[in-house]
Amino acid sequence: MNRLKNSPLALTVLAAVLALVFAVAVTAVVLSASGFDPLSTFQAMLDFGTKPDSVANTLNRASTYYLAAIAVAIGFRMNLFNIGVDGQYRLAAMLAAAAGGAIALPPVLHQAMIIIVAMLVGGLWAGIAGVLKVTRGVSEVISTIMLNFIATGVIAVLLQKGRLGHQVAGSDNIGTKTIAPSGRVAGIPYPGANLQVFGLIFLAVAVGVVFHVVVNRTRFGFDLRATGLSATAASAGGVNARRMVVTAMLLSGAAAGLIGMPQLLGASYTYGLDFPTGLGFTGIGIALLGRNHPVGIAFAALLWSFLDQSSQILQFNDIPKEIVAITQAAVLLSVVVVYEIVRRLGLRWQQQTVAAELAERGPAGTKEVAA
Amino acid sequence: MSTTERPAHESDPHAPAIELRGITKRFPGVVANRDIDLTVAAGTVHAIVGENGAGKSTLMKTLYGMHRPDEGTVRLAGEEVVLHSPADAIARGVGMVHQHFMLADNLTVLENIVLGAERLHGIGGKARRRITGLAERFGMRLDPDRLVEELGVGDRQRVEILKVLYRGARLLILDEPTAVLVPQEVEELFGNLRDLKREGLTVLFISHKLDEVLAIADQITVIRRGTTVADGVDPAGVTARELAQLMVGSELPVPELRESTVTDRPVLELAGLTVRAGGRPVVDGVDLVIRAGEILGIAGVEGNGQAELVEAIMGLRAPDAGTVRLDGTDVTDWPTRRRRESGVGFIPEDRHRHGLLLESPLWENRVLGHQTEKPNVKGPWIDRRGARADTERIVAEYDVRTPGIDVTAAALSGGNQQKLIVGREMSGNPKFLIAAHPTRGVDVGAQAAIWEYLRAARAEGLAVLLISADLDELIGMSDTLRVILRGRIVAEADPATVTPESLGSAMTGAAAGAGAPADAPAEPVPAPRPPAEDAAPKEDS
Repeated sequence: MNRLKNSPLALTVLAAVLALVFAVAVTAVVLSASGFDPLSTFQAMLDFGTKPDSVANTLNRASTYYLAAIAVAIGFRMNLFNIGVDGQYRLAAMLAAAAGGAIALPPVLHQAMIIIVAMLVGGLWAGIAGVLKVTRGVSEVISTIMLNFIATGVIAVLLQKGRLGHQVAGSDNIGTKTIAPSGRVAGIPYPGANLQVFGLIFLAVAVGVVFHVVVNRTRFGFDLRATGLSATAASAGGVNARRMVVTAMLLSGAAAGLIGMPQLLGASYTYGLDFPTGLGFTGIGIALLGRNHPVGIAFAALLWSFLDQSSQILQFNDIPKEIVAITQAAVLLSVVVVYEIVRRLGLRWQQQTVAAELAERGPAGTKEVAA
Repeated sequence: MSTTERPAHESDPHAPAIELRGITKRFPGVVANRDIDLTVAAGTVHAIVGENGAGKSTLMKTLYGMHRPDEGTVRLAGEEVVLHSPADAIARGVGMVHQHFMLADNLTVLENIVLGAERLHGIGGKARRRITGLAERFGMRLDPDRLVEELGVGDRQRVEILKVLYRGARLLILDEPTAVLVPQEVEELFGNLRDLKREGLTVLFISHKLDEVLAIADQITVIRRGTTVADGVDPAGVTARELAQLMVGSELPVPELRESTVTDRPVLELAGLTVRAGGRPVVDGVDLVIRAGEILGIAGVEGNGQAELVEAIMGLRAPDAGTVRLDGTDVTDWPTRRRRESGVGFIPEDRHRHGLLLESPLWENRVLGHQTEKPNVKGPWIDRRGARADTERIVAEYDVRTPGIDVTAAALSGGNQQKLIVGREMSGNPKFLIAAHPTRGVDVGAQAAIWEYLRAARAEGLAVLLISADLDELIGMSDTLRVILRGRIVAEADPATVTPESLGSAMTGAAAGAGAPADAPAEPVPAPRPPAEDAAPKEDS
């Protein structure tokens, strides 16, 4: 039986590796065509990407990517496409930053308050799409995209002087009031690096563990997965589909609310005009690459982040760093295709194995014949 | 090739239309067809019978060029051929009418027939003349300008037949053509088949309904476990029971109930239950009482409100009026889960859509529908160990043939999937069970087993609502019968005395005098029946 269980996983890993090899090959072709030597370029990226500062930066970036991908994966697990993670985390980070700057609490409480505000805001913003879907039948794809734009507008309105915006000391940037030290999360020194690793990287790890346990071990997770695998079978099995949609959107949004936290509490301490954007969209790609699995997503987030980081060196060699976007896109495209092939092969392979085992076991009566 | 027939058949007019020798088709792990020999004389109706999973469909796919055999030869009209694709087969005058219709509802009859074959006679007057010509020649009354969505099942099937005739077929393969028809429509189909035969066409008729086969076929080939066990059987010299024994290789199960176990304690009570869809009532004021130990069968042509009735009872669809009472408690407003928790079991009509998570392992499928009940959960947690142990129990008790409980549900055969569902729904002592087409698409062995489980549960006081298109199953397994037509319960029947024919009449509204229903053929009066069909005893099928 272990044969049956393990082989698809091995196949999946193999598929991901193959997709990566394919993507590197595509990149090499593009590099050669543009007149650069692929091998030395890759070597330069590898050298730069493994420097201590780069590693610290890769880990930091990966932790936000990871949270973004988990937020997307919660939706994906029940066939909800939450494209609005981007708007959810930006709005959540902005309001949480404002709350954290306005109210000073003792340490621990202060950080907890900021994080809870972020989760609430993200959850409620995504919840709008969930409620629209179950009450008015609006596709969450459409409503979350629109909510992204609305979030951008809301942030622009609120982040003005006299409202939530303040002049950031020593720059032209406008941001929320800086969070006092009692609300910050200290970094972790990385050997040999000037940069520190975000303390909230552990939040990302914790979210991954909770995601895994809830999805695989709880009744709620079972309902969520069942709805994603077959909405009709789930409803016939007593799952309240409407409630599941709203709950899943709330949870996805709450996880999205966490995306900005490592950066906000570990480095920026304010939500300004320079706060990172677009992480929600990156999260969609990483969730796909990681197959919505907490461990898969971790590898995907690290890979993505490593590519981002190591591409910084390219500019010094007069190579456009956008070349890495080609690698990322090629990985994603090939992996989506390959995963589907693996899924079908795995299913067919299992059917054949089952038929063969039954044929071995009972020679006459038990033989299953394809018809 | 505008008006004449295809040339492929001119090679030898006296050669058999089909001659298969030693056809073997292997799929990895299984031999689907082994050493199949088949000879079909031109201008005859030849039936191929075998139980589900015997390899009939694989053989037909070989003949229709959907795959190539690993061994053996195919001769069409005396000429050895290798068919690479259905297009190849069509070019050689082989046409296939699939069990599930492949028609575009929003197009007319003419458009459906011409679709994909525009090159033959265009799409205008020439095509129309050709179609009306064909329809007249083969005695099929069809208005080429009606929308397919307005047609009944029998007419739709005629459109499918015309489609292959239009493409020049001289050999028609009909895959389980009567599965979707009521007895009267079957009679009309047989009339059409006789007309085809009279015009020199050859029909290959696949079925497992033996009385029908005996009524229409000139010769019969029996397939069991992938190989021919009898070729060219003369229907005059064989009884349905003998055929069935050949098919199964052993005794045949019969749907029947023994002594009555009906009590006077009502378990399910429906009062004035009404469900509307788009303003039109699809379930219309249904009153039903099912008592403990009673199996109540619902007969009806598919699409007359059975699915909506089931959904309303399960809480999947809110009724517009009326009440559902379970064990005396009004459960009309209860969600599905609460109904299931209070003892409602559900064997859905479409097990792939409503009964299983195909890509999940068996033990997770055990949890589905019972994810709040022991032994599947402990508080908010899934109890893996409990669920797995109980899945092992179901696999053993219900004879689910599987190498283990970690394989996905998709890896099991239909019969074994169904046994798993039955086992699951019987767990936790349900009070009331909905069994919608419980033996559809399962082999004879599984069928007998499922009937036995229903009988055993009935003896222990289970109330069952049985919905089935198999009239023999319905009559044999019900204590009480009701007929549903356009959402209304229109007739009652005593299973002890009713025949499939009279039940069929009631199902189309012919007996109740209710006029022509929407889903029945335009002319509901059945053609006179040949004696052969009446002679076939019903319990033999």
